[in-house]
Amino acid sequence: MKGYRIIQTAIKALRRNPMRAMLTTLGIVIGVGAVIAMMEIGAGSSGAIRKAISSMGANVLNIRPGAASSGGVTFGAGSGISLTPDDCEAILRECPAVRNASPLVHTRAQVVYGNRNWVPTFIDGVSPAFLDVQNWTIEEGESITNRDVLNSNKVCILGKTLVRELFQGESPLGKEIRIKNVSFRVVGVLKTKGANMMGMDQDDIIIAPWTTIKYRVTGAALENTNQSSSSSSSSSTVNTLSNLYPGGQPSLYPERSEIQAADNPMPVRFASIDHILAAARSTADIPAAIRQITAVLRERHHIRPGQPDDFSIRDMTEMTNTLSSTTTMMTNLLLCVAMISLVVGGVGIMNIMLVSVTERTREIGLRMAVGARSRDILRQFLVEAVVLCLVGGALGILLGHGGSYLVRLFLHWPVETSVTAIIAAVAVSAGVGIVFGFYPAWKASLMDPIEALRYE
Amino acid sequence: MEPIVKLNDIYKTYQMGDIDVPVLKGVSLTVAQGEMVALMGSSGSGKSTLMNILGCLDRPNSGSYWLDGEEVAQLSANQRALLRNRKLGFVFQNFNLLPRTSALDNVAMPLLYSAGHISDRNARQRATEMLGRVGLQERINYEPSRLSGGQQQRVAIARALVNRPSLLLADEPTGNLDSRTSQEVLEMIRQLNQKEGITIIMVTHDPAVARHAGRIIHIHDGVIVDGAFSGVAEPHEAPAKSGISPEKEKEAK
Repeated sequence: MKGYRIIQTAIKALRRNPMRAMLTTLGIVIGVGAVIAMMEIGAGSSGAIRKAISSMGANVLNIRPGAASSGGVTFGAGSGISLTPDDCEAILRECPAVRNASPLVHTRAQVVYGNRNWVPTFIDGVSPAFLDVQNWTIEEGESITNRDVLNSNKVCILGKTLVRELFQGESPLGKEIRIKNVSFRVVGVLKTKGANMMGMDQDDIIIAPWTTIKYRVTGAALENTNQSSSSSSSSSTVNTLSNLYPGGQPSLYPERSEIQAADNPMPVRFASIDHILAAARSTADIPAAIRQITAVLRERHHIRPGQPDDFSIRDMTEMTNTLSSTTTMMTNLLLCVAMISLVVGGVGIMNIMLVSVTERTREIGLRMAVGARSRDILRQFLVEAVVLCLVGGALGILLGHGGSYLVRLFLHWPVETSVTAIIAAVAVSAGVGIVFGFYPAWKASLMDPIEALRYE
Repeated sequence: MEPIVKLNDIYKTYQMGDIDVPVLKGVSLTVAQGEMVALMGSSGSGKSTLMNILGCLDRPNSGSYWLDGEEVAQLSANQRALLRNRKLGFVFQNFNLLPRTSALDNVAMPLLYSAGHISDRNARQRATEMLGRVGLQERINYEPSRLSGGQQQRVAIARALVNRPSLLLADEPTGNLDSRTSQEVLEMIRQLNQKEGITIIMVTHDPAVARHAGRIIHIHDGVIVDGAFSGVAEPHEAPAKSGISPEKEKEAK
């Protein structure tokens, strides 16, 4: 028997009882529909997560100092003060896989404009490269410049949330705001970015030159450094400010007499920074960038081979992977449930095929009498089951696709059409047909034509 | 001329648990090309078993069976299936048509299993032609449920003939029909035999039906009583032609 004839015969046999065929295949329709919908919605969520993460600055490496410790007491990650702005310069200069890098200094303080005030989530002291690293764009006004950084100029860029809270519709450009009684001129406004994946409002931000934040806003008090590092460094008046930042010490701190110094010990101005943010050239370059940065920093910090790093590098891909693997896991879990419904559908097919084989015993006998071999009978019933499953699979694909379309339309969930899912669904439904159709078909093929013809 | 069917000393025993039940005990018979033979016997006489062996649905335990010059007694199941397809046509008491399938598709069905691949168009053509021969050219697209019993049996005959078999086996072809349609169907079978020279073996228990045949083979208790051999070579020809004795008639009932 030729292939298409078998299929034709199978379709004719199924059309003899269309209602039953439809109900039989319903299990497969629902199963495949569920699989397709799950995979499309799952792929959509992972895609959305990837997009959200890349909006926070794609390929960003976060370099933090290591943990400080004193006498067996550690102060947690990032508490050391090992990173300097010179490290940032060195990274930019010596790591080819790094596109851009910016120092980062944090603080938290009240911001005042007129009779209104606000405490933003982020007050970031940075260099102009920060905007590039974090994928910020300026909506209005202009960016801070390297000259602003060198001179510790009191300029800042505001996020949209701050503009709303402090200015209420007024244009903030050129206005003066105060952070801890230091007045800053607003030179630019950032474009809205929305919440990050931790749910924090990324627009609740002030960006200013890091030197200004470090020396004018927080520097004098050294609030950010911890006890151990300040006590350990207070003995020596180390200052690692290079001539790159000449606007530093003299202009900010007037000379004091020895008596003044003795009465009122002056905390050391230590040009440490909280983080370095570096952007790799591409996602593929991230491992190379991490390697190069590690090498540069180890050399600069005089760390011997075998000794642990005094800094740590974290990249977003780790987080991306974690989050998308979480969604993948959820999707797989749901997929398993959908697969179970496919198996149940397959059992339904087997059940009905068994009934059908019994019911059509005389037909089987007749077919054998007119020359069908057992393998023709086996093939016929197997193909019937597979055709049922494939038709069910096709309907299921439409159903699942329609379902995910409705989800996108009404629930606004992100959805991605997945060709893999469709191929997998077709393969699985054909597989279910073969696996669950085999036993009834095999039973039919074993019939004795004489007995079968006499069956009532 | 070589007979189309030649059985020689056929034995068939069924096993019912531990007991052997001999059904055919040394059956020998011949049927010549173009003959129409009726096979008569009471139930349990072994006529169904003999029919199954003649139809290559079953294998004898011993003995030989030449069909159209081929020894077929010990073929495998697949070889017998092929043989049934090529050389044998079956007509059953209960028609055995596929439900909800047009007369045309019913008739064309055996062609699906033919070894020499027949094109779809060819198969349809042949099935239509066969339906024309049994006088149903108007009803080729009717499903069995819309045909009368006689018409259904005629579709079944067309199906049996579609592969141009050397032998047509009819198992109680009129058993489910009323007397008028029985006559119609029998007339048709006789015409096929007389006009087209198709060899026919017909199982029946009705002497009136058997009378249409050229020869009657009586089987009783697994042995052939009379009518086993055709033509001049055999001495037992005369009683077959002369009809049925009252004793035999009783047996048949």
